[in-house]
Amino acid sequence: MKESSPLNLYKFLPQTNCGECGEQTCMAFAAGLIARSRKIEECKPLFDEKNQKKYGKKLDQLKTVISPEVALVYVGAGDKQLKVGGEDVMYRHQMTFFNKPPFAYDVTDAMNEADLVERVKLIDAWKKFYIGNWETVEMVAVRSVTGDAAKFAACVKKVMENTEKPLILCSFDPKVLKAGLEVSAAKRPLIYAATKDNWKEVAQLAFDYKVPVTLSVPFDLDGLKGMAQTFAEMGIKDLVLDPGTAPNGEKLQESLQNFIKLRRAAVEEGQKDFNYPVIALPINAWMTTKDPVRGAYWESVLAATFVIRGADIMIRHSLEPHSVMPDMHLRFNIYTDPRTPVQVKPGLYKVGNPTEDSPVFLTTNFALTYYTVESDLGSNNIDSYLLAVNTDGIGVQASVAGGQITPSKIKDAFAEAGMDFEKTSHKSFILPGMAAKFSGELDDLYGYKVKALVGPEDSGRIPGWMEKQWPPKK
Amino acid sequence: MGEKLNISDLNKQLAEMDVKSLEGVTIEGDIELEIDAGAGGAGPLFAYYFGEEVAKVAVQLVNMAKAFGYPVESLLQPVAVAQAISPAPAELAAAAAIPAFKIPDTLASAKFSVGTDKTWKTQVQEVQLGATKAEGGSRGHVIKIGGEKAMPFFFDAVMPNRPVVTIDVFDMPIGMAKAVKMHYEDVMNDPADWAKKAVKEFKADLVTTHLISTDPLIKDTSAKEAVKVVEDVLQAVDVPICIGGSGNPEKDVEVLSKACEVAQGERALIASASLNLDWEAIGKACVATDNVCLAWTQLEINSQKELDRKLMKVAGVPRDSIVMDPTTAALAYGMDFAYTNMERIRLAGLKGDEELNFPMSSGTTNAWGVREAWMVNSPNKNDSPWGDRMLRGPIWEILTGFSLAMAGVDIFMMMNPIAVAYLQEITQSLMGLVKAQTPDTTNWISMEV
Repeated sequence: MKESSPLNLYKFLPQTNCGECGEQTCMAFAAGLIARSRKIEECKPLFDEKNQKKYGKKLDQLKTVISPEVALVYVGAGDKQLKVGGEDVMYRHQMTFFNKPPFAYDVTDAMNEADLVERVKLIDAWKKFYIGNWETVEMVAVRSVTGDAAKFAACVKKVMENTEKPLILCSFDPKVLKAGLEVSAAKRPLIYAATKDNWKEVAQLAFDYKVPVTLSVPFDLDGLKGMAQTFAEMGIKDLVLDPGTAPNGEKLQESLQNFIKLRRAAVEEGQKDFNYPVIALPINAWMTTKDPVRGAYWESVLAATFVIRGADIMIRHSLEPHSVMPDMHLRFNIYTDPRTPVQVKPGLYKVGNPTEDSPVFLTTNFALTYYTVESDLGSNNIDSYLLAVNTDGIGVQASVAGGQITPSKIKDAFAEAGMDFEKTSHKSFILPGMAAKFSGELDDLYGYKVKALVGPEDSGRIPGWMEKQWPPKK
Repeated sequence: MGEKLNISDLNKQLAEMDVKSLEGVTIEGDIELEIDAGAGGAGPLFAYYFGEEVAKVAVQLVNMAKAFGYPVESLLQPVAVAQAISPAPAELAAAAAIPAFKIPDTLASAKFSVGTDKTWKTQVQEVQLGATKAEGGSRGHVIKIGGEKAMPFFFDAVMPNRPVVTIDVFDMPIGMAKAVKMHYEDVMNDPADWAKKAVKEFKADLVTTHLISTDPLIKDTSAKEAVKVVEDVLQAVDVPICIGGSGNPEKDVEVLSKACEVAQGERALIASASLNLDWEAIGKACVATDNVCLAWTQLEINSQKELDRKLMKVAGVPRDSIVMDPTTAALAYGMDFAYTNMERIRLAGLKGDEELNFPMSSGTTNAWGVREAWMVNSPNKNDSPWGDRMLRGPIWEILTGFSLAMAGVDIFMMMNPIAVAYLQEITQSLMGLVKAQTPDTTNWISMEV
């Protein structure tokens, strides 16, 4: 959606201020549509069957106006369904990027069953905690290496027995794809891919099985556009574009430029006839090396390139922590909504079930810092109190340097939160190691009735610190 | 009834039957129906509802005709009327969404084109680091950064200068992550050897001498004593250099002013002037000695504008002697803020903001402060295994730097040599400077890996 004025969406709404959506007025609902915090389906009267004469045309127009600049394609089914594409801006500060590109990790039909099951389980179970959430891997890409349709179908079936995650079926042979679809179509996999050689058969498959389809025309945007038009004219519009991912050399430069061109055409130029989501193949890094570290690093670097500029979904290989972890964080950082506050409410929080003997920690109200400390305490079963001091969302190190956290601010924050150290058995609290220099002044401020202990510089080391330092010696 | 029927009566009749949904249909004087296809479209559903309304009108007209005694029944096929007024069949609605499926014989031919960004009108300032003997310095060669006319690696304009890396050298041994320390253990007590190793073995474009021993809380080395290390480094290597203080706002003014004197004419990058210290003194020291001033702010675009403006207007630093450090928050530790702050600064510069169109620097070494870069295991027991930290660390520095390269950074302050090599390789690849045989990627599905 390019529209930024609620007034221009209001005119398509019933304008009755009926309140069914929970907003006081239709104008407020229009503002919610602009902010992407509301969905049009939440305007019940607009969709009511009996109102179609009255609102049918408005609804159609509204749908067109609010449709995303990069088309949105749904892959997978049920609660595992993924949104692919749907982006509206070129640069994240212009609003936000909405749908982080799913990472699909590969398996092949040439793997023996034990290896296959092990790898699928690894993909299925991978997770990492970050800012209050679990990051996970979204998809499995099944590659046809043998070229054998029956083997491919058996592989797809085995994968589905071991994960609910949506699939990408990868083969250029329509017979192989058909065999895979026979066992998986109900889960709405993405098929990869139609090419200039097989497009008729693959179009028929996409139509017969009602699944989204990738169009692969590497390094030829004219050809890719022509194929997209042909599919659209056939009525097949759940398309994903593969403009080619070269892993090295000058072709790599061309690859990135093609991604940028496609994103710009869709988002900045509104080329509605060629605005489908785009797939990147960082897995191609492995065509340039056999060295496992080199391969994992270069794949990570390629993934970063296309996460930042223009990919809506990607196929990956390396599940090594030194590849998955940095890419997960990079994707998270790029797709974080810059409009949402990154602060937690200042105050005293309980972790687990603290008692009078439990330690009292403090940190800043920067969400990243707070959730990191909270997770380090919680996952190590340290029942405790945790004070979030209001530093305007600045982390410990920077706020110590910048004066957003000071000894007197800490004392005031404890007082405001109603912390009564007299009711603790230890009469102490634990400073972040980065704020160690405050301990003397805090002792003075509390008249030596409450002890400011110095904790580790990284909260990940709190468990070790607890073993040596807790409870404090009298 | 019984009176003359005219068009306005018919219109009234239509109005009474609530045919508002027929917007776009006007009834002309000769009772020709004109359908504005653009308004409602002529899809099956529209046709259905339109038919329904017209049929209702027809029924009324038929009744009127009967009232006049005209034998209308003979003109009508009753079956057709019955069909027209039955409810909309579900199949018809479905048919509206799925047109008949037909595969054409050939692919459509199409031409794709996309324009350049016309709002990018202003070039980023080009800044020269280092000066040769002929230019009043002693460097073997100079390095130019900045000068972009487009976002990094975009096709809108060629990037005139590649991003460069300056490796950190400290004037005393410091604590560092194991994966970094292993590369410098043999030179940590000698900044000159450290600088040599950075340039010769690790292909640093520049080296940065950080005079951290001057911090009153560390060794409180005097400015005069500390800058001898700068002289040693200038002797040891002939690449352009950067000089950093300890970060103590009072002491740095004195230390960096003195450093400027010993680097007279070298166009060294002096790190840094900030709003928290006497920026004017540092700016003026750079001007007086022909060095380049690094303008450091903390993740705030307006502060960056303010500092750049003050350095130019008050301290008199020329445009070609300013580089910005808008602060590097590392991957997973707020990189989104650093990335977007830099991207906004670069876009503003390209669009003509003359207080922001300077090259940018990144303290990429900050990546090593992230626990994922150095910690042995996850403190969260439910995380998937974190693997070997010796492999995690370098990629953390690579991706922190590379992300910010995509946002517009021109010079990277780094430490791990593997990270330096990868950052150089990817940024130069994206500029088309790395010639390599690209494999045939059309076979990727069946690749062995």
